[in-house]
Amino acid sequence: MNARFPGVFLAVVGLAGLWLTAPLLAHHGAASFDTTRELTLKGSVTEWIWANPHCFLKFDAKDDTGTVRNWAVEVSNPTDMTRLGWARTSFKGGDEVTVTLQPVKSGAPIGRLRSVVLPNGQTLASGGGRGAPPPSPPPADK
Amino acid sequence: MANRWFAPILGSAAVLALSSMLGAQQEILPWNNSGLAQSPNQPAAAAPGPAPKRELTGIWDAGGAGIGARGYQTAPLTPWGDALGKTHKSGDGIRQVPIEQNNDPLSTMGDPGGFPRNLLFELRPFQVVQTPNSVLMLYMFEKRWRTIWTDGRQLPKDPDPRWYGYSVGRWEDDSTFVVNSVGMDERTWLDNAGSPHSDQMKVEERYHRLDQNTMELTVTIDDPKAYTAPWVPRNKLRLRLLPPTIDLIEMIPSATEAAEYKKVFGK
Repeated sequence: MNARFPGVFLAVVGLAGLWLTAPLLAHHGAASFDTTRELTLKGSVTEWIWANPHCFLKFDAKDDTGTVRNWAVEVSNPTDMTRLGWARTSFKGGDEVTVTLQPVKSGAPIGRLRSVVLPNGQTLASGGGRGAPPPSPPPADK
Repeated sequence: MANRWFAPILGSAAVLALSSMLGAQQEILPWNNSGLAQSPNQPAAAAPGPAPKRELTGIWDAGGAGIGARGYQTAPLTPWGDALGKTHKSGDGIRQVPIEQNNDPLSTMGDPGGFPRNLLFELRPFQVVQTPNSVLMLYMFEKRWRTIWTDGRQLPKDPDPRWYGYSVGRWEDDSTFVVNSVGMDERTWLDNAGSPHSDQMKVEERYHRLDQNTMELTVTIDDPKAYTAPWVPRNKLRLRLLPPTIDLIEMIPSATEAAEYKKVFGK
């Protein structure tokens, strides 16, 4: 038997859990977001809003010209984010983070957070986020 | 050799089973559980007992199937319904617009979601309490409740509109509780896609208990002013009974939080 089997098995279990959770996060639409683009920015947290209908993270990051822009990136609501391991205390002001996001089409420093690397190296995934296409059809009523 | 993998596989299976009951991390939390992480359409983790007669008491959850984010395939709209629907600028579904144009009364203004939107979007865990004269339904989402009168009274003939309408219920048989409602305020939407309704709408809910742990919910909407035919947005939606001791997270779409969200993201 392949010695890597348990690791592969656990990875499959983890992915299955994420897949099962994702439909909860597809709450609204994606009309404002450019779903064809993804940016990864390093920045400093200025605020973490733990609220409905969506939590959002604000952080300062430099653009290509060196100008600092204050970004706001959203995830789902506290209920769904709690299930994914996020918390009201996940960020504090000044935290240095690396954020992967989908920006809005307008060019404003706004987006939908896909994942974030915390100062301790831990990665938090959004599990889809607001309006993200679900990876599978939503569970059908039977 | 096979035994080498037995423990981790068994352990992983147990974790997945627990996750299927309450969500990846909520099963051990004494506070702020958010309910099932997925649809409860799969078989129950524990062997179910028979359905108790005329009894719905408990906390029920449809998991992800309760969200109904992108709206429903409705019956065709009447001209009146179509005109009203065109004024709805939704955050999802067929009327989807960018955030700054969204006029969803629930998620942009903090208005009550209303009935039956709370069954169609978004049905999070809810608790059923039976009293001698009524059945109370306490919804986690919005922290609202409905009173369903079971004392034999008739529905009002010309009711003042209410966000959550007027409801009466009866046991059709020992495992099927039927609720009829009228008098819903037509400012509310039916779903997250802005499906409209009129104040003439009648709604029927059928709660059919299958066994100790599961029941099915079917919702029928009959609104001849807005739709050309009755339609069924929820057809045997499976609900799972949650442990009675879990503390549910607070999930209230407040007006101030909605305004702050729209200010930041509606640019």
